[in-house]
Amino acid sequence: MKTNDVILQSAAKLVVFVILTFSAYLFLSGHHEPGGGFIGGLMSAAALVLLALAYDLDTIRSVLPVNYRIVTATGLLLAILTGAGSFLFDRPFLSHAFDYFTLPLLGKTELATAVLFDLGVYLAVVGVTMTIILSIGEDR
Amino acid sequence: MMLLHAAVLLPLLFTIFVPLLYKAFPKLHTGWAVLAVPVVLFVFFVMQIPGQMNGGSAQSAAIPWIPALDISFALVLDGLSLLFALLITGIGALVVLYSISYLSRDKEAIHRFYVYLLLFMGAMLGVVLSDNLIVLYGFWELTSLSSFLLIAFWYKRDRSRYGALKSMLITVAGGFAMLGGFVLLYVMGGTFSIRELVAGLDGFSGDALFVPAMLLVLLGAFTKSAQFPFHIWLPDAMEAPTPVSAYLHSATMVKAGLYLVARMSPVFAGEAVWFWLVSGVGLATLLWGSYCAVRQTDLKAVLAYSTISQLGLIMSLLGIGSAAAHQGMAEDAVAAYAGAIAAALFHLFNHATFKGTLFMVVGIVDHETGTRDLRRLGGLMALMPVTFALALVASFSMAGIPPFNGFLSKEMFFTGALKAAELSLFGVPGWSALFPIIAWAASVFTFIYCMIVVFKTFAGRFKAEALDHKPHEAPLLMLVPPAVLASLVIVVGLFPGLVAGSLIEPALAAVLPAQADAYHVKITMWHGWTTELFMTIGVVAVGIALFLTLRYWQGIYALLPGRLTFNRVYDGLLRVLDRGSLFLTGRYMTGSLRHYLIYIFAFMIGLLGWMMLRLDVLGGGSPVYAELSFYEVVLVAVIVLAALAVPLAASRLTAILLTGAVGYIVSLLFVVLRAPDLALTQLIVETVSVTLFLLCFYHLPKLRKEMAPLPFKLGNALISVGVGLVVTTIALVVSGARKFDSISDFFIAQSYELAGGRNMVNVILVDFRGFDTLLEIMVLGIASLGIYALIKLRLADGEGGERLENK
Repeated sequence: MKTNDVILQSAAKLVVFVILTFSAYLFLSGHHEPGGGFIGGLMSAAALVLLALAYDLDTIRSVLPVNYRIVTATGLLLAILTGAGSFLFDRPFLSHAFDYFTLPLLGKTELATAVLFDLGVYLAVVGVTMTIILSIGEDR
Repeated sequence: MMLLHAAVLLPLLFTIFVPLLYKAFPKLHTGWAVLAVPVVLFVFFVMQIPGQMNGGSAQSAAIPWIPALDISFALVLDGLSLLFALLITGIGALVVLYSISYLSRDKEAIHRFYVYLLLFMGAMLGVVLSDNLIVLYGFWELTSLSSFLLIAFWYKRDRSRYGALKSMLITVAGGFAMLGGFVLLYVMGGTFSIRELVAGLDGFSGDALFVPAMLLVLLGAFTKSAQFPFHIWLPDAMEAPTPVSAYLHSATMVKAGLYLVARMSPVFAGEAVWFWLVSGVGLATLLWGSYCAVRQTDLKAVLAYSTISQLGLIMSLLGIGSAAAHQGMAEDAVAAYAGAIAAALFHLFNHATFKGTLFMVVGIVDHETGTRDLRRLGGLMALMPVTFALALVASFSMAGIPPFNGFLSKEMFFTGALKAAELSLFGVPGWSALFPIIAWAASVFTFIYCMIVVFKTFAGRFKAEALDHKPHEAPLLMLVPPAVLASLVIVVGLFPGLVAGSLIEPALAAVLPAQADAYHVKITMWHGWTTELFMTIGVVAVGIALFLTLRYWQGIYALLPGRLTFNRVYDGLLRVLDRGSLFLTGRYMTGSLRHYLIYIFAFMIGLLGWMMLRLDVLGGGSPVYAELSFYEVVLVAVIVLAALAVPLAASRLTAILLTGAVGYIVSLLFVVLRAPDLALTQLIVETVSVTLFLLCFYHLPKLRKEMAPLPFKLGNALISVGVGLVVTTIALVVSGARKFDSISDFFIAQSYELAGGRNMVNVILVDFRGFDTLLEIMVLGIASLGIYALIKLRLADGEGGERLENK
């Protein structure tokens, strides 16, 4: 007996994008404002969980055919490679660099390698959270 | 001289070839190939005799092994080492020859046998030739190990394994003690070399560690040489094949302890404790061993106890002889006590010859009749005349009857015991009068069991019905080795000068380096109507009388040793250790996590509380506290209430929600304390964990679901209050005792300058301390993979496993 969750599903369609945007904001502003890869990752996972609640796991999997264990691995690899990249410039492991650039659309912008590392954290957290929730959810 | 090293390593290296030879030549008895090793070594050592005679100097050679620890593979060949090396290789050759006909190639795993035997031979040569104490200890343990393997050669028998384990435990325990003594010697003398220790003796002989070192070394020597009360392993080691018993447990390994005592005599002999311990333990062993030997019914057991008793004799002579090392004695007294050492060395040689013969004879009897039980044997004289003759020679020598070599050394033993009775050096002169009395009584028992060995086996009525098949004379090959030894018994008995000058005197010079000139070994068969001779006549007369009336007085054995044996002590000790440790482990390893947590927390309270009281930290320090804000007070009050309610909650659902409440208020506290990143993270993580808790709650089994609150336990309450108190106290004390400034100023000042970020927390996480973050996300990854594996990989029910395989 399946109930009709049309309100929940419609709301989720909207809210998911709001949450995803917010998580992107949290992630990108992490260097200067509260936030960062960890919270951003948890937020994104929350959006996906909301989708999973409103629909079901099969829908999620058909909409986002992602293996989250690979996402975790990608995140870890990115973090390690970012750290190892400093070897190319003859610096110790995990030495970050930053500078200011004038980009076409954004104007004067700070680009930092720490963000790449944070992206690794972000991906790892999304992957971990989704792996845990999906494997528990699929049980039974 | 690297030849010495080659001599020690040759048997060890040859073990590699034994299995190859065994496989390559299926027709050949491997013993023939092995025989070459001891023969070559024996010839080599015989060639060293002239160099050691007439005060020849010791030969030495050293190969650095671990120079940083002062351990070098240093070998020294002096008179004492040479005597032992000749015994080891000579009797080794005879034993290998004997074992060729004793052990059948078809029925026994002889390749293993010869590997163990060669291992033992090399180890024994290493023991007697080593100059470095640590190398000596290494070879010493190798003899224990190879002896263990040899005793358990027939490992499918219970008794063999029991005997092997017993000898292993006792000799290795003594070996460890000896190692301790060696280390103490190193601490005092600063060197592991025995010769350097002797040379530097004056520097440390008064040290407080000197006597402990001596006791530990003696413990090693006593256990190895089966001295009272550590003799109990030797009778049980008789489960080994007879060639092993003849070689290890009469001629060589049990004499390693005697060697050690003789070798360390120049170091320790000046101490009165050494004299009393060595001679006292030796005499006790002598008397007890000879007394016990009379009541045995198994031939090998008789020989085992007789070995114990003879080892005690030699040990007591070494002890008496140590009196010669004391200062301020008359010239002739020194010579007399040095005579005791000479007697010890001479008897050591003699014992190896006649005891080796006797073991081989017993092996022949066992081999030909199928039993060693004295109650079933008898009347073999006519059937096995050669064996009988050999047994007669060896037994009479052991009993100390002329014209065999045992007579000579027993006379010298009596001389030493009488001389010891005159000793008033260490006070209590009354005690030393016991020496000749014990010596005489033990000799009577020795005489009795020697007669038992010969006459109960070979004389009397032949009990054909008790034996499985009709016995006959042993093959020639089997008779040759005991015949060689028995002829040595006679030749040395008639011409003692042959060994006195060539072997005994150089060995004596090594044991008593300072007194060597005062004494020259003269052994003669006839030395006048002395007290010793009358004692011997008395031994023979009383011995014959007691032997003939044996059956009338044998009843005392049921009374006197009866239940009083040290085997019971050993077995009881093992059992107590076994059960005691089982009981103890069973008491505290309950398997209940609750108990382990109690141990951990109680230990934490005890240790930390005790340290706080000891260091008296409670009074010191004047912490500077910040002003409390209204919000903080309220939030903390709510947290305390929620936390206190958790253990009191009646339903688990309430407890979960209360835990969640605590978590959310903590995130509020983070807000108040201005930690926005922490607050955000705490909020989300708390949500996730409460959800997971609810998941667990939902899946609790329906059976016996308990909805009651936790029962109150006073112990738990005390421990939890204790932990809380200790941790709170530490937190308060630590916050008041800040010794230096925080490094946070650096982060505040530099996070934008160096890392280009204004969010200091994030900058620390990804830049300053990025390495921690890297590893933390790895922890998360591992946790997620763990959960995934736990859920997907269910091998027990089959279904989950299959599902995984299909993917």
